[in-house]
Amino acid sequence: MSDNASRTATAHVHGHSEEDYLRCSHGWKSWAFTLDHKRIGVMYLIAILISFLLGGVMALVLRAELFTPDKLFLSEDMYNQMFTLHGAVMTFLFLIPSIPAALGNFMLPVMLGVKDVAFPRMNLASFYLWVFGAIFFLMAILLGGLDTGWTFYTPYSTTTNTAVIAASMGVFILGFSSIFTGLNFLVTINTMRPAGMTWFRMPLFLWSLYATSIIQVLATPVLGITGLLLIAERTLGIGIFDPARGGDPVLFQHFFWFYSHPAVYIMILPAMGVVSELVSTFSRKPIFGYRFIAYSSIAIALLGFLVWGHHMFVSGQSALAATVFSALTFTVSIPSAIKVFNWLATMYKGAISLETPMCYALAFIFLFGIGGLTGLYLGALATDVHLHDTYFVVAHFHYVMVGGTLIAFLGGLHYWWPKMFGRMYNEMWARIACLIVFVGFNATFFPQFVLGSRGMPRRYARYDTEFVYFHQFSTSGAMLLGCGLMLCAGVLIHSLLRGRKAPANPWGSSTLEWKCSSPPPHHNFDWPPVVSAPYQYDHIVYDPNHQGYVEVEDIPEEEDELTNAPVESHS
Amino acid sequence: MSTTTAPSSEVAPSEHSDGGHDDHGHDPFLAHHFGSAKQQFDAGKFGMWLFLVTEILFFSGLFCAYAVYRSTHPEAFANADQYLDPMLGAANTAVLIFSSLTMAWAVRAAQLGQKQLLVRLLTITLSCASIFLGVKAVEYSHKWDLGILWASNFNPQAHAAHSPALLVLSIPAMITVVVTAILFGVGKSRKSEIMSKFWGCLLIAALAYFGGVGLGLTVPVIEGAITGEAAHASAEAGHHAAEGAHHAAAAEEAVEHAAGHATEHAAGDAVATTAAKSGSLEAAAIEQAAIDRTYTGIFFSIYYVMTGLHGFHILIGMGVIAWLLYRSLLGHFGPRYFGPVDFVGLYWHLVDLIWIYLFPLLYLIG
Repeated sequence: MSDNASRTATAHVHGHSEEDYLRCSHGWKSWAFTLDHKRIGVMYLIAILISFLLGGVMALVLRAELFTPDKLFLSEDMYNQMFTLHGAVMTFLFLIPSIPAALGNFMLPVMLGVKDVAFPRMNLASFYLWVFGAIFFLMAILLGGLDTGWTFYTPYSTTTNTAVIAASMGVFILGFSSIFTGLNFLVTINTMRPAGMTWFRMPLFLWSLYATSIIQVLATPVLGITGLLLIAERTLGIGIFDPARGGDPVLFQHFFWFYSHPAVYIMILPAMGVVSELVSTFSRKPIFGYRFIAYSSIAIALLGFLVWGHHMFVSGQSALAATVFSALTFTVSIPSAIKVFNWLATMYKGAISLETPMCYALAFIFLFGIGGLTGLYLGALATDVHLHDTYFVVAHFHYVMVGGTLIAFLGGLHYWWPKMFGRMYNEMWARIACLIVFVGFNATFFPQFVLGSRGMPRRYARYDTEFVYFHQFSTSGAMLLGCGLMLCAGVLIHSLLRGRKAPANPWGSSTLEWKCSSPPPHHNFDWPPVVSAPYQYDHIVYDPNHQGYVEVEDIPEEEDELTNAPVESHS
Repeated sequence: MSTTTAPSSEVAPSEHSDGGHDDHGHDPFLAHHFGSAKQQFDAGKFGMWLFLVTEILFFSGLFCAYAVYRSTHPEAFANADQYLDPMLGAANTAVLIFSSLTMAWAVRAAQLGQKQLLVRLLTITLSCASIFLGVKAVEYSHKWDLGILWASNFNPQAHAAHSPALLVLSIPAMITVVVTAILFGVGKSRKSEIMSKFWGCLLIAALAYFGGVGLGLTVPVIEGAITGEAAHASAEAGHHAAEGAHHAAAAEEAVEHAAGHATEHAAGDAVATTAAKSGSLEAAAIEQAAIDRTYTGIFFSIYYVMTGLHGFHILIGMGVIAWLLYRSLLGHFGPRYFGPVDFVGLYWHLVDLIWIYLFPLLYLIG
C-alpha cells in the first residue's frame, strides 16, 4: 500500500504539524486530492447538504401542491416524478451518507486516537463515487425524471419509459461508495486502535458506526446486483422479474428490501450513536449501561437483516413467512428500547444543560419514540393490512428518518461544529432554530398519522375534500420546518464568518476528539494519545479564561478507575 | 519469461530512486498513518476479507435467483441441460484450479523473495486467466450462433449459423497482442529491462487467449444432436396440429411461430391460432413446448448474468495481477513486504471458488 502522492504530501506538512487541517495546505488541489479524512468529511458534508437542500425543496413543492385537493401547479406525472426523486435523493444521497460519511469520516479516527482511516485513498474514492452516483441521479432528472417511487418496484420499473437505467446505475455506484466507507471503518476500528483503546473504551458513536458499517458491507452488495439485474432486464430483457417470461416480480421486492430494510438501520444507528454522546456530555454523567448500548447497536444491525419481509405483507408472501417476519420485527424494538431507557437513565439526576446539541438530542428521543412505537402498528399483520400504503406509513418513516436521523444529524453537527471549523455559533438563535424545527416537524407529520388512519393513500397528487384540513395543517407545518432549517443554516454560516473562536473543549466532553485543538491539526495526534474510559467528567472543569473546559489532574488515577467500575456493573 | 535473465538486484535500486520512496529512511512501503508494517498488513488483509464478503453477497443475489427459479421451473433447468457442454466447463474448471495453484505458489515466492519465480508464476496465472476467457469466448460464440441467448432472445436453432461472433469476441485479445508486442519491441530497443520483461509477460498472457480458443475448438462440440431436439419436437407438434386442420399454409405458419420467435409473443399466438383449428392434444403439446422454451430462456438469463459477471471478475483480476507483475519486476516484494500479492491471491481464489460453484450448478444439471 505504498503511495508516493500521500508520502510527498505528508512530507510537505511535517515541518509545521501544529497547523490545523484547514490551513495546513492551500489551493483547490489540496482539497480535491486530499487523503485527509477530515477534509474528505468536510467535502462529504457540503455535498450531502446540497442534496438535502435539493430533496427538501422538492418536499416543499410536494407539500405546497397538496395544499388543495385539486391541481395547484403540478400535473400528476410531475407529482409522481417529484416524490420519487424526493425519496431517492433523500435516501441515497443524503440520509445514508449523512452521519457516517460526513460526521463519521471526520470524527472516527480522531475519537479513536489514530491519524487516519485505514485506507485513505479508498476513502477519497468513496467520495468521488458518491459524486459520480449523484451525477447519474441528475442525469435521471434531466433525461425526463423517474416515476417509480424510490423503491423501483417491478414490473412498473421495467415498463415505464422514465430514466430508470440512469437512476439504478446511480444507486449501484452510490452503493459502492457506501461499501467503501463501511469497509474502511470496520478495518480501522478492528486493526488500528491505539494502545489502551480497548473495545469497551470506545465512545458509543464508534460502536454505532461499527454496527452501521457491518450493514453497509453486508447489505449493499445485494442492492448492487439487484440494480444490475434491473438494468439487464430493461436493456436485454432477461426476464428474471418478468412474469410473462416465467420471472417473478416479487423476487425483486425481496432483493430490494434485503438491502433497503437494513439500510433503514444504516440511517438510524449512527443517529443513536450521536445521541449517546450528546446525552452523556450534556448530563455530565457517565452513560448508563454502556455495554448494553454498545451491544444493542450490534443487535439492531444483525436483527435488521431478518425483517425485510415486513415490507411485503400484502405482496403475496405466504402467511407463515408473514407471521415470522412480523414476530422478528417486534424483536427489533427490544434493543431500540434498551437505548432509549439507557439515555433516560443517564439523564436521571444528571446535571443537564440545555445547549443546542442537547435540545436536538431531547427532540430525537421524543420523536424517535413516536416513530419507533408507530412502527409496531405496521409490524403487526392485521393493522398493517389496513394501514399499508397510507399516510400512516409516510408519517411513521418520516418520524424515524427525519425526526430521528435528521434531528440527530443536526445535533451532531452543532455538537462537533466548533471542533470541525473552530468557531462557536450563536447559542440562542441555534436553540430557537431547533425549537422551530421541532414544532414544524410535528406539525407536518403528526397530522399524517391521522390522515393515514382515516384512509388517505400515499403517493396521490389529488385527494378527497374530507382530508383538506389535515393536509393544509401538514403543509403549513412543512413551511415552518423549512423556515427552521433555513434559520439553522443561517446560524451556522454566520458562525463561520463572525463566530467566536472555539476552545478545544467547549462542552466539557471527555472523548478524545476534544483533546486536540479546534480545528484539529493535520495529523490529529503526533503520538498515540493516552486513552482512559470515556464519559468520565470529574476531572474536566470549566475554565473561564479559555471559555471552555480543561482537564485537571488532581483526581488520582485509581479513583478514576473506581468511578468507572460501578458504571459497568450497574448495567 | 525466458527472454531475460538479469538478476533481480540490478533492477530494484534503479527503479527505486526515481520512485521517490527512499527519502524517508524507514520502510518505504509503510504508509504514514500505520504504526507498524504488521498493522498495515493486518489492515490490508482484513480489508480484503471484508471485500470478499461483499463479493460473495453480490453473487449471492444470483445464486438466490438460481435457487428460486430452480424450484419454480425445474423442467426448464432439466431442459437446459441439452444446450450446455460440460466438457468446456470442465476444461475451464481445470484451468482455473491450476491457476489457483500458481497464485498460491506466487504468494509463497513473494514471501521468500524469489523474484524470478514470482514473475513466472504470475505470468502463468495470468495466462490461465486468458485461456479461461478463450474457452469462454468459444462457448459464448457457439451459443450465439445457435440462438441460445437470454430469455427475450432465446431462440434455439437446429443448426449453427456461421457468424463472426468468435472473431468479434477475440478483437480485444488481438488488440492486446499487437499493443503488448509493440511495447515489448520498444522496451527491447530502448534496452529497458523492466519494460521488455513486463510487456513480454503480458504478450505471453495475451497469446494464451488464443490457446484457450484452440482448446475450446478442439473439445468435441455437441452441436445439433441435442440442441435441435426441442425445436424439432415443437415443430413436429405444430405440423400435426396443422395437418388436422388440412391447411398447408397454416402448418407452415404454426411451425414458424412455434419454432421461431416463440419467446417474443408466439406462446400465446401460436397456441391460439392452432388450438382454434384443432383443439387437440397437439395444441397442448405446442403450448408446453413454448412454455418450456420460455422458461429455459430464464435459465440462460441466469447463465449469462452469472458467467458474465464472473468473467468480468476474471478481467479485473487480470488487471490486478498485471499490476503485481510490474511491481514484482521492480523488486518490491520480499519477506518484509508481500501484502499485495497475498491479498490479490485471496481475491483470485474467490473468483476461482465462485466458478467451482457455477460449474456444477450450470453445467452438470439435468
